[in-house]
Amino acid sequence: MTQDLITEPPGSQPAGKAVSQPTEPLPHFVSTEPFDPNASEVMSAAQEAYFRASQWRMMWYRFRRHRVAVIAGGFLLVLYLSTLVSEVLAPYELHTRNTDFIYARPQAIHLVENGRFVGPFVYGFDFHLDMRNLRRVYSDNPNQVQKLRFFCLGDPYRFWGLIPASFHLVCPAEGGTLFLLGTDRLGRDMLSRIVYGTRISLTIGLIGISISFLLGITIGGLAGYYGGWIDVASQRLIEIVRCFPEIPLWMALSAALPVNWSPMLIYFGITLILGMLEWTGLARAVRSKLLALREEDFCTAAVLMGARPSRVIGRHLLPSFLSHLIASATLAIPSMILGETALSFLGLGLRPPITSWGVLLNEAQNINVVALYPWLLLPVIPVILVVLAFNFFGDGLRDAADPYH
Amino acid sequence: MFGYVIRRLLVMIPTLIAISIIVFGIIQLPPGDYLSTYVAELQSQGEAVDPQKIQFLRELYGFDRPAWEQYLYWVAGLLQGNMGYSFAYNLPVNDVVGDRLVLTFIVSISTIIFTWVLAFPIGIYSATHQYSWTDYGLTLLGFLGLATPSFLLALVLLYGANTLFGISIGGLMDERFIGQPWSLAKVGSVLSHLWIPVIVIGASGTAGMIRRLRANLLDELQKQYVTTARAKGLKPFKVLMKYPLRMSLNPFIADIGTLLPHVISGAAIVSVVLSLPTTGPMLLEALRSQDMYLAGSFLMFMALLTVIGVFLSDLALAALDPRIRLDGGRQR
Repeated sequence: MTQDLITEPPGSQPAGKAVSQPTEPLPHFVSTEPFDPNASEVMSAAQEAYFRASQWRMMWYRFRRHRVAVIAGGFLLVLYLSTLVSEVLAPYELHTRNTDFIYARPQAIHLVENGRFVGPFVYGFDFHLDMRNLRRVYSDNPNQVQKLRFFCLGDPYRFWGLIPASFHLVCPAEGGTLFLLGTDRLGRDMLSRIVYGTRISLTIGLIGISISFLLGITIGGLAGYYGGWIDVASQRLIEIVRCFPEIPLWMALSAALPVNWSPMLIYFGITLILGMLEWTGLARAVRSKLLALREEDFCTAAVLMGARPSRVIGRHLLPSFLSHLIASATLAIPSMILGETALSFLGLGLRPPITSWGVLLNEAQNINVVALYPWLLLPVIPVILVVLAFNFFGDGLRDAADPYH
Repeated sequence: MFGYVIRRLLVMIPTLIAISIIVFGIIQLPPGDYLSTYVAELQSQGEAVDPQKIQFLRELYGFDRPAWEQYLYWVAGLLQGNMGYSFAYNLPVNDVVGDRLVLTFIVSISTIIFTWVLAFPIGIYSATHQYSWTDYGLTLLGFLGLATPSFLLALVLLYGANTLFGISIGGLMDERFIGQPWSLAKVGSVLSHLWIPVIVIGASGTAGMIRRLRANLLDELQKQYVTTARAKGLKPFKVLMKYPLRMSLNPFIADIGTLLPHVISGAAIVSVVLSLPTTGPMLLEALRSQDMYLAGSFLMFMALLTVIGVFLSDLALAALDPRIRLDGGRQR
C-alpha cells in the first residue's frame, strides 16, 4: 500500500475511488466486538506478574539465577534450622563421657556383613594401648555387629536446656557405641559436639551482626544525613577503630572480661565485643549511600512536605539501599564467626560448658595430640564450609541487590 | 606534595593520641590495680613481699594517683622508648620484648611483599584470560584462601608436615640462634624459616587482592579508550601496561591500609600456632596472666605499625594519583 502511494503521482487518486461503490458494504471483515484501545498492551498473566514485580521480587529473580548462591543459601538455611533441634540430631548429649572410649577413632558405617544385608551398623571396638608411642588403638571387632537404631530413645538431655527428653534421630545399639567422627580426650562424641557447636557458632554471627547493624545504621545514618561535624567526628572515630588490628584488640578486650562471669555472660560479652568493632564498614556504606541519596528529588520533596529527619531516613532513604546493606551485612558475618573461632581457639573466648567450633578446636592446639588423633581437627571443616557459604551467598545477594542494573 | 605530607603527618597525631587513650583504657580494664593483684599472688605462693620493690613500682606508675596522671606517665615513658614494666617477668617491658618487635616487623613486611608479588601477575592473568579454566581454578583457589582462617591453615600445615614428613615447621630460626646476637648466619636461618608463616599469613590477603585487581582491571578493560588503543594498532601488552593497569593500580596501593591491620592481626594468631618468636604469642601470654602493661605495649606497637602503614600507602597513592594530592586538604 505504501509502495503504491509513493509510486503513484498525487493526481491519480480519484481513479482508486472508482473501485468500491459507496452504497454497498465494504468487502473486508469488520469485527463487531467492542473495541479496546489498550488491546495491544494487554499481557498474559505471567508477563504481567513479571513486569509488575516488586523490587524484592525482582531481586529474587535475579538472585535465583546465581546457582551457587542459591545452593549456599539453602545450605545455611538447613544449618540454621538444625540449630533448633541440635539435641535430636546429635546421637549423644554434649557432655556425655564414654570413659571406656577415650580418643576412639571414627567408626565406619557398614551395610553388608558376610554377604548378608543387615542395614546400617557399626562394628564394636577392641582396645589396646600401643606402648611404643603411648597411643590408644581401637580396632574393629567383627563379632560385634551393632545395628543403628533410628527415631529412638537414647542419651537423656534437656531440650533447649528446659524440657527433659531422650528422643534422637539416630542412636547406637543398646550397649554399643556410635562415634562417627571419633571421640575427644574425655571420650565425648565429636559429631555430637560439632552439632551442638553449630548452635553457638552460628548464633554468635547473627547476634553480633545485629549489634553492628544497629550501630552502623545509626552512626552512618547520622553522619550521612547531617554531615558537618557529626560526619567529621564519626569518620575520625571509624578511622581510629580501623587502625587497630582486630584480632589482637579482640584478644585484649575479651581477656579483660571478668573471670568470675558465668559462661553465658561471657558469651554475650564476646558477641558484644565482636559487634562493637565490626560496625565501621557498615557505617561507611550507609554514609556514602546516604550522601548520594539525600540529594535526590524525592528526598527534597519529603523535606519540603515537613517530614522529620527520622521519617525521611526511615521511610524514604533506608528502603532505597536496605538491600545493599543486607548484602554487606551477610558478607560481614563470616569475619565474626572466624573471630569467635580464633578467640576460643586461643582460650580467650567462650568457656566450657558453652561449646562452639572454636572451643572444640582449642583441644587441637597441641600438635602432638593432633598427630596421634587427627579427627580432633575435624571442626575445621564446618568452619570453612560456613564461611565459604556465607561468601557465596553474600556475593549473590550483592549482585541481586541492584535489580535495575 | 610537601604540603600534603605535612598535613597527613599532622592528622596522625590526634589519631595516635586517641589510640593511646584506648589502649590505656584496655590496660586499666581488669578490676583492681596490678600491684594489689601482684602482692596477693606472691602471698598466696607463700613468698615474702619485698616492700621496697612494691614502693618502687608504686612510684614508677603512680598507682596512688588519678588515672589521667597515670596515663601521662605511661605516654611520657612510651615517647622515651620506655614501655613500662612487665609484672609477670619482673623486668622492664623493653628487656622482655627483645627481638620480637623486629621479627614482627620482618614477618609483616615480607608477607605484604609476598602478597603483592603473587597477586600482581595472577590478578592480571585472571583478568586478561577471563572465563578460561585457569581463571576459574584461580577464582576457586582464591575463595578457598579467603574462607580458610590463617590459623587453621597453619594448624593443618603443621599436622601435614608432622605426619607426612615427620618434621616440625614451627619457629622462625634454628634453635642454636635463639637468644644469640644478630649475625649473617642468623639472618640466613630466619630467611629460610620465614616462608611458611609468610605463606600462611599471606594466603587470605593474596586471595582478596587477586579478586580486587581482577575486578578493577576487568572494569578498565571494557572502556572505550582500550578499544581505541587497540584499533590504532598498539601492541596488546603495551595497551595493557600503559593504560588500564595503571588505572587499576590505584586501589592496589590504597589496599596497604587495609592489608596491614589484616596481616598483623593474622600474624598474631598464626605465630601462636607456629610458635614464632614474634609479638603474637607473648601478647597472648601477657593477656592470660593479666600482665597488662606488656599487653598494652604490644597493642600500641601493632596499632602504630598500622598507622604508619596507612600513612605510607597514602603517600604512595598521592604520588601515583594527582587528584588525591591536589584535593586532599580541601573540605567538601
